[in-house]
Amino acid sequence: MSAVDLTQFHKTFFEESLEGLDAMEAALLALDSGSTDTELVHTIFRAAHSIKGGAATFGFTDVAAFTHVAESLLEEVRSERRAVEAELIELLLRSVDCLRAMLARSSSGQPVADAESEALRAELVRLVSGEADATAVVAAATVAAVSGWEIGFSALPHLLQTGNDPLRLFRELQQLGRLEVVRAFLLDGAPQLADLDPSSCHLGWELRLHGDVARGDIDAVFDWLDGDCELTIKPLQAASSGNAVAATPQQAPAVVQPEAPAAGRPVRETAVASSEGGTIRVGIDKVDALINMMGELVITQSMLSDIGENFQLSKLEHLRDGLAQLERTTRELQESVMRIRMLPIGSVFNRFPRLVRDLERKLGKQVRLELHGEHTELDKTVMEKIGDPLVHLVRNAIDHGLEMPAQRKAAGKPETGMLKLNAYHEGGNIVVQISDDGAGLNRDAIVAKAQQRGLIQAGQELSDADVAELIFQPGFSTAAQATDLSGRGVGMDVVRRNVRDLGGTVSVRSISGKGSTFTIALPLTLAIIDGLATAIGSERYIVPLISIVESLRLRPETVRKIAGGGEVFHFRDEYVPIMRLHRAFACADAVTDIEQGIVVVVEDDGRRVGLLVDDLLGQQQAVVKSLEAHYQRVQGISGATILSDGSVALIVDVSGVVRLGQRRKAA
Amino acid sequence: MYENNQDAAPVLQQLTFNLAGEEYGVDILAVREIRGWSRVTRIPQTPAHLLGVLNLRGAIVPIMDLRLRFGLERESYGDSTVVIILAIAERLFGIVVDAVSDVVDIDPAAIKPVPDMGVIVDTRYLKGLATHVERMVMLLDVEKLMRPEDVETLDAAMPAIHEVEVAA
Repeated sequence: MSAVDLTQFHKTFFEESLEGLDAMEAALLALDSGSTDTELVHTIFRAAHSIKGGAATFGFTDVAAFTHVAESLLEEVRSERRAVEAELIELLLRSVDCLRAMLARSSSGQPVADAESEALRAELVRLVSGEADATAVVAAATVAAVSGWEIGFSALPHLLQTGNDPLRLFRELQQLGRLEVVRAFLLDGAPQLADLDPSSCHLGWELRLHGDVARGDIDAVFDWLDGDCELTIKPLQAASSGNAVAATPQQAPAVVQPEAPAAGRPVRETAVASSEGGTIRVGIDKVDALINMMGELVITQSMLSDIGENFQLSKLEHLRDGLAQLERTTRELQESVMRIRMLPIGSVFNRFPRLVRDLERKLGKQVRLELHGEHTELDKTVMEKIGDPLVHLVRNAIDHGLEMPAQRKAAGKPETGMLKLNAYHEGGNIVVQISDDGAGLNRDAIVAKAQQRGLIQAGQELSDADVAELIFQPGFSTAAQATDLSGRGVGMDVVRRNVRDLGGTVSVRSISGKGSTFTIALPLTLAIIDGLATAIGSERYIVPLISIVESLRLRPETVRKIAGGGEVFHFRDEYVPIMRLHRAFACADAVTDIEQGIVVVVEDDGRRVGLLVDDLLGQQQAVVKSLEAHYQRVQGISGATILSDGSVALIVDVSGVVRLGQRRKAA
Repeated sequence: MYENNQDAAPVLQQLTFNLAGEEYGVDILAVREIRGWSRVTRIPQTPAHLLGVLNLRGAIVPIMDLRLRFGLERESYGDSTVVIILAIAERLFGIVVDAVSDVVDIDPAAIKPVPDMGVIVDTRYLKGLATHVERMVMLLDVEKLMRPEDVETLDAAMPAIHEVEVAA
């Protein structure tokens, strides 16, 4: 028996437990909204059970003990001894939150139980013991045990195959109190050494656990072994030697030597050190697709090397075919690999039912939440960063957007407000829309606030788009009073910055009295962008396609010089400044005559700028490489990519370049 | 095979190269590879000694001209021009030198501090001086050389930005 380093599995345990909690929460919310599906209760129960088992195995006894009580409560619901009431669901939802916090503390190696979790646990215990007959579970939390316990433990042969390890159990018990091994013995029917299958276990132990230990804690340790062993647990006083264990003593093999109690709890101290470098769960179909593609690639490779070995001109046609096949396979392989990083956005959406429910109660509003497009996939990195902005927008929509039921009734709308989240793919982007049927943006309040803050002049003509733009200004909030939800003025500008950091855009459309829609457009992945290759002098620059509005050659009469030396041109009813990229990037021998070059109109944050380049070289996918990996950040450049000839081309950071232009204007 | 002489002070192996008639050395453990000169992609708004970046098996590696870095005159890049790729803590960068000469063993005890030569020679990037077969080898401090020189970058970039502003 080699000791397995359990800490390597901790991360998986935390991930699985958090998923389990998500499932519990979702099922609880479904029950809360009146569903009577009994399968939901089973789902909740199963999730709690797995978390408890895992927590016990990995030595998170506080988590295990907490879940154990919750599980007993759920058991009563499952066996229909307890009705599903709003109060119960509320308590269980709070338990889910509490468990999340406990798991977070476990993973960072902090003490797991705190006053809150203990109070909640006590509440659960009260509920369990209050009505149902007091089971062992009650004893777990309330009745302190006597001076110790006598434990008879005989493994069934398949114990080891289920992934259990008696040594681990003993360590676990050791943490509860002083563990004494009275004897260890071979069980009846144990085979001769020659016939012994090393993966089966034929051992039994008589143990004494001294100390003030709750019965429930011992149960928690052995809980995972349900059906894998024979177990008797008795208070120490009533110990009658060995007859509980159906075994005759033979020689006592010194297989198990529990070590002296280690100082502290080592398992917990070495808890997962960092959350960086997470893992991804990948569907088996995606892996299969990859393997298929790999097979194709190997076939193509062997075909090509065959042709190359003794090449004759007559084989040219074969070579062309082979190369075409190679290109196709490589492209498909690339797509398959990228798909591994893609996860459905549902995992972000899933947190909203709970959020909406809590906000409804807090604000006294009625909201119906609709989720669409949960299966839309996007890159894991993008997804991790989009959660907070979305939460912010949903909160805003409920807090500011939707009116109170009475107001809605007065406005001739149904009392229950509608909040819709929709995700879909559009081109190379994923678009997430958050729409409500509330009051819409309050134009007058926004304008008044903007004047007060000096963002606009009194009497300035503003289009609806201009007004909408104002709410994205830093520190802008129209809420009459700051609530703890929103209105402290740290809001939309942060949302916009987060989205922009991901290379995306956020915009709002609002109709007074009818509601507003926030639209976030994000690149599917950060690793590959669609770009337009441009030439400036002898150099190549890639402009991300997502920012490009149009590329055009200007006629001399459309260009105007303005005071201060800037140049603008007339484009779709507005004057757009021209940014000479060759100047910004100090490129030699570039086209300096605007009429000779091409202007690429890009948009960032609703501001348009025309970038002057020499020529367009065509659209291409660019694998983004960081300049910072080996060098440092360079203003106006977001990264680099490698062209088909192996040389490096730089990728233009559109918002950086636009900012550069603005600074110039301001100077 | 080399003698395993761990008892003695560990010998420093240095890769030596020529730069404007002088001999310099870098710690061989920091050298990742030596390659011929190939075209680099210029990066805007960087100091002149940073020639640009090149693609080293998928990594974007900055290349600097050591002559320019030391305030010497720039040579035209030819067949004997060599790029030494150095690595410190996973970060790669290349230096352009005139020619690579040898790998030599230097006794750490024989390394002498760099005398203060005033403003004539930039001694910031030297670790020390050593003598090898009656030749003087200047030992480069690779870490200092590749430290992100934010302040210097800024100083060098400011005139460029200013020019742009004036021109616009």
